[in-house]
Amino acid sequence: MAVCIAVIAKENYPLYIRSAPTENELKFHYMVHTSLDVVDEKISAMGKALVDQRELYLGLLYPTEDYKVYGYVTNSKVKFVMVVDSSNTALRDNEIRSMFRKLHNSYTDVMCNPFYNPGDRIQSRAFDNMVMSMMVQVC
Amino acid sequence: MEGLTLSDAEQKYYSDLFSYCDIESTKKVVVNGRVLELFRAAQLPNDVVRQIMELCGATRLGYFGRSQFYIALKLVAVAQSGFPLRVESINTVKDLPLPRFVASKNEQESRHAASYSSDSENQGSYSGVIPPPPGRGQVKKGSISHDTVQPRTTADPQEPASPVVSPQQSPPTSPHSWRKHNRHPSGGNSERPLAGPGPFWSPFGEAQSGSSAGDAVWSGHSPPPPQENWVSFADTPPTSTLLTMHPASVQDQTTVRTVASATTANEIRRQSSSYDDPWKITDEQRQYYVNQFKTIQPDLNGFIPGSAAKEFFTKSKLPILELSHIWELSDFDKDGALTLDEFCAAFHLVVARKNGYDLPEKLPESLMPKLIDLEDSADVGDQPGEVGYSGSPAEATPSKSPSMPSLNQTWPELNQSSEQWETFSERSSSSQTLTQFDSNIAPADPDTAIVHPVPIRMTPSKIHMQEMELKRTGSDHTNPTSPILVKPSDLSEENKINSSVKFASGNTVDGYSSSDSFTSDPEQIGSNVTRQRSHSGTSPDNTAPPPPPPRPQPSHSRSSSLDMNRTFAVTTGQQQAGVVAHPPAVPPRPQPSQAPGPAPHRPVDADGLITHTSTSPQQIPEQPNFADFSQFEVFAASNVNEEQGDEAEKHAEVLPVEKASDPASSLRVAKTDSKIEEKTATSAPANVSKGTTPLAPPPKPVRRRLKSEDELRPEVDEHTQKTGVLAAVLASQPSIPRSIGKDKKAIQASIRRNKETNTVLARLNSELQQQLKDVLEERISLEVQLEQLRPFSHL
Repeated sequence: MAVCIAVIAKENYPLYIRSAPTENELKFHYMVHTSLDVVDEKISAMGKALVDQRELYLGLLYPTEDYKVYGYVTNSKVKFVMVVDSSNTALRDNEIRSMFRKLHNSYTDVMCNPFYNPGDRIQSRAFDNMVMSMMVQVC
Repeated sequence: MEGLTLSDAEQKYYSDLFSYCDIESTKKVVVNGRVLELFRAAQLPNDVVRQIMELCGATRLGYFGRSQFYIALKLVAVAQSGFPLRVESINTVKDLPLPRFVASKNEQESRHAASYSSDSENQGSYSGVIPPPPGRGQVKKGSISHDTVQPRTTADPQEPASPVVSPQQSPPTSPHSWRKHNRHPSGGNSERPLAGPGPFWSPFGEAQSGSSAGDAVWSGHSPPPPQENWVSFADTPPTSTLLTMHPASVQDQTTVRTVASATTANEIRRQSSSYDDPWKITDEQRQYYVNQFKTIQPDLNGFIPGSAAKEFFTKSKLPILELSHIWELSDFDKDGALTLDEFCAAFHLVVARKNGYDLPEKLPESLMPKLIDLEDSADVGDQPGEVGYSGSPAEATPSKSPSMPSLNQTWPELNQSSEQWETFSERSSSSQTLTQFDSNIAPADPDTAIVHPVPIRMTPSKIHMQEMELKRTGSDHTNPTSPILVKPSDLSEENKINSSVKFASGNTVDGYSSSDSFTSDPEQIGSNVTRQRSHSGTSPDNTAPPPPPPRPQPSHSRSSSLDMNRTFAVTTGQQQAGVVAHPPAVPPRPQPSQAPGPAPHRPVDADGLITHTSTSPQQIPEQPNFADFSQFEVFAASNVNEEQGDEAEKHAEVLPVEKASDPASSLRVAKTDSKIEEKTATSAPANVSKGTTPLAPPPKPVRRRLKSEDELRPEVDEHTQKTGVLAAVLASQPSIPRSIGKDKKAIQASIRRNKETNTVLARLNSELQQQLKDVLEERISLEVQLEQLRPFSHL
């Protein structure tokens, strides 16, 4: 279960960001922001090869004391960043991948909506629901 | 209503108005559309209008006949003159000015009004009868208001188009005009000028409230008259729709419509009253949506691309966010395009939203594109069928692939209730087995449409399997399923059996559907089933599907299906039409008689089957064509059934069915121990059908060798097409008689052999089924454990 999920556009501005309500959201926003550098670093590192050869799932971007940040980038340079609680050891890499896959699918559905202009903030309820389902269940 | 005396001017005016409102020239005007606009244009308070309606008797009748209309107009004049509304006042009030209707939308009307008013003291106050359709757009509005402000005389210029279009497009404008009218209750004759554009425009909201009031009025008066030709957005709420857009007008507007008009229309609709199922699409609405769809995409089976849909729905003036949500809800397959079903759902949601209903979080069932799944799952380009389905929104088949999953689900169910036909035929919602069934099967079958149900069931399964296969293949398409089901049932009895089979298959389908995990609406599934049933009649197999003779190879099945065709062809002599008409109709399973046990379980099916079987045996021997079949008659019922199923499949033109049936048949054979035995016992008489129902794969090839099979082979090619098969059957018929003599003995011998093999295989099958069931249960429990252990279940 993630504590924060963010969708960053190609130009590195957020399209969607949501944190677990109990936490200090600003902290997560900052973490996501700093993780963008790491994402760019990883992209450029693999950037030699063509984009399609690049793995979408970036893996653990960087760990902090309390949290781990995972990254995922699409072929259109839309980045998904996920912050998970370090104490949540049950989360395996496989599950993180599946979470990102789910995010990607939902994002694609949002894109398919003709009323959505790429670059707008994502306000889709379906997307929101999906993200909420992945967040830490806090009461 | 008492007699109404009208002056000449009045008479003329009224008749003009009547013909104006009588769009359909039916001599009676439904209470909506133009009439409403007209009355609103009279600028009377809503309750007055209501009163008028009551007085003239339109509420009683539900429509405005000519006399009622005239009375109403007279009352309008009375009201506008400030006299109390009384029935007597119709005739007592003398020198009434002609009723004034503002917002000259109609040039003609205005002209008429002008002419009429010439002899009334109200000069100028007559403006167009119907406010120009708001559709004109903002620009028009201005002009319209301008018009209304000025006495009708000046109305002409403004309405140039509006008069013509107004009737159609009145709805949009009407709110405006209403509003105006409401604001300016027609007191004096003259002043009319609708207080200038200001009030007119002012707010849609006001107009809406006015319109809503009007709507309420109307609704109160008469049952929401079916929108004459339009499905106003507010269709669902019966009342509100009254004035809401005329579909025609809306259609016109779609192309020209400006946001303004849409808004007005929507606003009006918003007033709609409540209805039972807010998300149910009435026929008129549906028709309207379809027409709208056509304006964008002439091909009803095609898609509307996202951009076109965006433009279209943007005209409705809903906020983009809401439109976005509506899109999310309605684009069921998330392909960025709208099919007809999706479009109707989206349109309906827009209408509802315009009327003030909140958007649901998930798509309501009645709006779900039912056929889409079916067609997708069926993997048959049965677009027309879908359209047909979609035509009945009320059907609301649960979830997308109701029949398919239901079929799959029913299988497991069937498996469990081996001898209990009832369970299958009734839509029991025991889907547990089904689910496991599905999970097993779904991946296996490449053909999305058909998922070979891994028969977990026991003997009866065979029949069920056949049915299920039929269902799977034809789940979406009534016909397919039925044929398949029919086939396995009784080929021999074609006609009669077909009918009975149809019934049986229907049952099975029902059974399946019931077990459908979706179970969103078992009845709906049943309805689907019934549809299918009609086509092919559930094969009697359903009740106690004789373990489908192990369909060894597709070819075999084909041949069996060919047999079916032949049997059909043979019997077609008697009932050509019937056979051809129901190619899918499973040839009456000879088994029906065999499965008396299951038959009783299966309500009608069994009976039908039995009758069929009884008839089929008779038929078979009688007809030379059937000779071959009769030879094979002896084959275990299961075999026959299988063949029938095969044939049915062929008839069903669903190749996948064959595939499905093959595995199914094999399974069935194994499982239906008891059935097989029964069948063998009873199959003799009933073997008519193909006879060459190889119980087990091995026997099947053997049987194939039989001449009849040879004959069938030529037809094998055509099994894909029932007509082709039938033709082949017919073609082969001549050859049948020749070989009859020779084949008879050989066939009988082979039948005996096959029967024995059948029993053995059936036993084996049942054992394997048991094992399979156990394994599946284990698997399910493991899966459950896994789920519990997984912290996150994704996708």
